[in-house]
Amino acid sequence: MKNGIPIMLGYFAVSFALGIAAKNVGMDAIQAGYMSITMLASAGEFAALNLIASTAGVIEAILTCLVVNLRYFLMSCSLSQKLDPKMKLRHLFLLAQFVTDELFGISIAVDGYLNPFYTYGAALVSAFGWTVGTVLGVIVGNILPLRVANAMGVAMYGMFLAIVIPPAKKDKFLGLVVVISMAASFIFTKLPLLRDISSGFRIIILTVLIAGIAACIKPIRDDLEKGGAK
Amino acid sequence: MTNIYLALTVMALTVYVIRVSPLLFLRKPIKNRWFRSFLYYVPYVTLSVMTFPAILTVTENPLCGLFALIVGVLISWFFGDLFAVSIACCITVFAAQFLL
Repeated sequence: MKNGIPIMLGYFAVSFALGIAAKNVGMDAIQAGYMSITMLASAGEFAALNLIASTAGVIEAILTCLVVNLRYFLMSCSLSQKLDPKMKLRHLFLLAQFVTDELFGISIAVDGYLNPFYTYGAALVSAFGWTVGTVLGVIVGNILPLRVANAMGVAMYGMFLAIVIPPAKKDKFLGLVVVISMAASFIFTKLPLLRDISSGFRIIILTVLIAGIAACIKPIRDDLEKGGAK
Repeated sequence: MTNIYLALTVMALTVYVIRVSPLLFLRKPIKNRWFRSFLYYVPYVTLSVMTFPAILTVTENPLCGLFALIVGVLISWFFGDLFAVSIACCITVFAAQFLL
């Protein structure tokens, strides 16, 4: 639980911005709280808001959720190597809900097999902060001056940059992939025809295309699974 | 109204399935190297595509977003702390709105 506190503080700031964004697409506090407690995903929830705002179809919504949250799939793959093969099934089902960037980060860092209650403790504290932050963002967000609300709106992009940039610093090719992704995204919002594609599908198309090509050009080294299982 | 709850539930279930399926079905590491590489690149491409050019539309003035982008990249590059980067971007936008 102690390790959950810094996570909670970070979550609170971001989820507050999330609440403001939820308010902007017309959601009330209960809807936003329901979203946060069931999804427990940062980028995923912002994407969800976009989908709701653009009244996307079910297929598009599911596909976008799949793509935006695909990194959780990767994290779960890695986490599965940290679990005692004899672990009870109910722990697998419960742990799965807490595969977030930060909780995954601390869960994977423990020595030996993961004790699920370690993750539950941190999850309890941070999920609480996350949900309360979202609800407060909706309620208090509109009494904040516009300039403060605008400023908080950029928090999630800052978070994305903090996830993307440090690994790109170590891996020059990954840095190139990041730059190309941003450039391609920019081009897709400007060019005729391409700009008519909804943002959800733009994310899917570009992700599959660019990540697919990158995987062909420079496959990751084979020693990575050792890193995941250590 | 019920529509929003339905949409949220569908999306929450989708996210949950993504998280739970590897834990249930994948007790061994993925063998296919291309697929592992693909999964490795996915989050970076997705987050980059979502960040730019959307960050420019945070305020009416694209310059505010551009400053936040520059500050965010610099702080991520030198410190890399998630919380610090988020806050720094917020402060940048807040300050930029007074200057521009």
